[in-house]
Amino acid sequence: MTKPSLSVKDLHVSIEDKEILKGFGIDVKGGEIHAIMGPNGTGKSTLASALMGHPNYEVTSGEATFNGEDLFEMEVDERARAGLFLAMQYPSEVSGVTNADFIRSAMNADRDEDDQVSLMQFIRKIDDKMSTLEIDQSFQHRYLNEGFSGGEKKRNEILQLLMLEPKIAILDEIDSGLDIDALKVVAKGINEMRSDDFGCMIITHYQRLLNYIEPDFVHVMMQGKIVKSGGPELAKKLEEKGYEWIKEELGIEDERVGQE
Amino acid sequence: MTTELTFPVNEQQLQSFSKDRQEPQWFTDQRLAALDKAGKLELPKPDKTKITKWNFSSYSYDANAEASSSYAELSDAVRTLVGGESKIENLLTQKNGRTNYTAVQEELTNQGVIFTDMQTALQEHGDLVQKYFMQDAVSVDEHSLTAAHAALLNGGVFIYVPQNVEVKAPLQAIFAHEGSFGLYNHVLIVAEANSSLTYIENYLSEGSSNEAVANVIAEVYVADGAKVNYGAVDNFADSVTTYVNRRGQVNGTDAELYWALGLMNDGNTVSENTTYLHGRGSRGDTKSVTIGRGTQTSNFTTNMIHFGKDTDGQILKHGVMKEQATSIFNGISKIEHGATKANGEQTERVLMLSEKARGDANPILLIEEDDVTAGHAASVGKIDPLQMFYLMSRGLSRKEAERLIIHGFLEPVVGALAIDSVKEQMYDVIERKVY
Repeated sequence: MTKPSLSVKDLHVSIEDKEILKGFGIDVKGGEIHAIMGPNGTGKSTLASALMGHPNYEVTSGEATFNGEDLFEMEVDERARAGLFLAMQYPSEVSGVTNADFIRSAMNADRDEDDQVSLMQFIRKIDDKMSTLEIDQSFQHRYLNEGFSGGEKKRNEILQLLMLEPKIAILDEIDSGLDIDALKVVAKGINEMRSDDFGCMIITHYQRLLNYIEPDFVHVMMQGKIVKSGGPELAKKLEEKGYEWIKEELGIEDERVGQE
Repeated sequence: MTTELTFPVNEQQLQSFSKDRQEPQWFTDQRLAALDKAGKLELPKPDKTKITKWNFSSYSYDANAEASSSYAELSDAVRTLVGGESKIENLLTQKNGRTNYTAVQEELTNQGVIFTDMQTALQEHGDLVQKYFMQDAVSVDEHSLTAAHAALLNGGVFIYVPQNVEVKAPLQAIFAHEGSFGLYNHVLIVAEANSSLTYIENYLSEGSSNEAVANVIAEVYVADGAKVNYGAVDNFADSVTTYVNRRGQVNGTDAELYWALGLMNDGNTVSENTTYLHGRGSRGDTKSVTIGRGTQTSNFTTNMIHFGKDTDGQILKHGVMKEQATSIFNGISKIEHGATKANGEQTERVLMLSEKARGDANPILLIEEDDVTAGHAASVGKIDPLQMFYLMSRGLSRKEAERLIIHGFLEPVVGALAIDSVKEQMYDVIERKVY
């Protein structure tokens, strides 16, 4: 089996006619974990949303292929069924739909009528994953994200990740708002997924999540593109020294994009 | 302008109809007086919906449905609602006003619970019916349709639960309508002190449907410490014009009345649901959902009226509008002077699935007392594109994502229907109406 791959070249993305991504490129393959780091306002979340197909973001130029297929020719649901997953920073709340019903529908979305996940299989799997993530049983019967705390929402995103087993996952600031215990639990879940069949792009401000999920590659984003790449040692250096030294090194005065 | 209603029945015919049913004299007299009023009074005027051109007079008044009493002879639609013969606990079914199946648990009968059709109730419990029938909750002379109802009543049930009796298994009623029959259905529920019950009713059309009228009135009386759960799914065909008025008199201290109404008619509908909270510390909660489709016009008005101190009233109304359907959603929380510490809250949400559909949500708070709390929320809009993005980002097709969101939106009522087979049927009705 060939490893999954996500390849992005010279990507430009705008929101309300404001260009946020300005020539972003990356290659993520199965077995690799990439950390995308950078200060606020440098385009990290725009990248995540645009790759998944968020309706508010417009891809103006550049290309992206997912397992060789043109990603931007695919609808949002087609991207997901092909194996792309986005753990969102602000997932929507959907009243009246239980977590369990939703996740089971999602698991069955790319399966044939005669190959649907049975209720027993589903229960066994979700019980297992919920115990990994130290989530209370009542969780699955609550309405999707409704009234969830910030931390519960993040765990729910990771629960869905573990249940759906995507090929490439993008985690958009999954660590924000989590205390250290929750962070460890989430990291445990993601580490469980690590294999040649799974690639991951972790978007984060902080190095602390990377203490628990060791990345293979670390990229720094400024002004809507990657300005520096390296290995895990780059993240450590950022933790110690912050981002100023990169700005100085590259002669960047304002690292942000799309500001008024 | 006065729109005078004409009726397919005259005084003599009505008298003989009443006689055939062996009704007490007071009821016959009331029918005749009401028939006279019905021709003189005006139609109701639901706020923001004009109904003067609706069909309220073209229908037939001959019930030709044969009364049967075996489960096997019930229609498939009715049997689906029952969920199988082995599931029957307390059931009353009627077709065009004629009872064709009844079952009541023996222990309930022994405890003095009455669950019977109106015709039998008038014969056997006339005094009890007289004490409540169209007395406080609904008056005969409110307008021509209430008067017509009192005059022409030809179907319905009477439920009486004595003091301290808790009815555990739901009481289920199914009212089927066929052809051009004009259905005048009355539901009268009396819950005495510290009693409790759950009642679930279904209205449906069977066979070919012609132009017809359904005029439905329900009255619920709740005494001290009593608790009533009232669930309903209305599902008449598009050729049936419906006036349905469900009212509750929550008279007792700490009495509770919970409504869960699935308003799923395909024809023009005026639906009123009013809860009067008289008892101190009494509670009223009404949840209603609807789906409008085709070219139907509907008016859904919910009133929660607080008289008692420490009363709590909750209104939730959700509507899905598609094609060229037009609906008005009026929610009125009224807190009368003296109802101190009352709390009234309401939410109205309308989901528009088509550019041509219309839906107006009108939340109204009328407060005559200072020492109260109240709040409302209302919205009319399309399905949230971010919710769609979220669900689709997990692999659900656009259609499947929409379906989940819509079912979720209507869940407050579906989830509150206490009989699984009725819940499943409601789910099917939603599927059929939305897709």
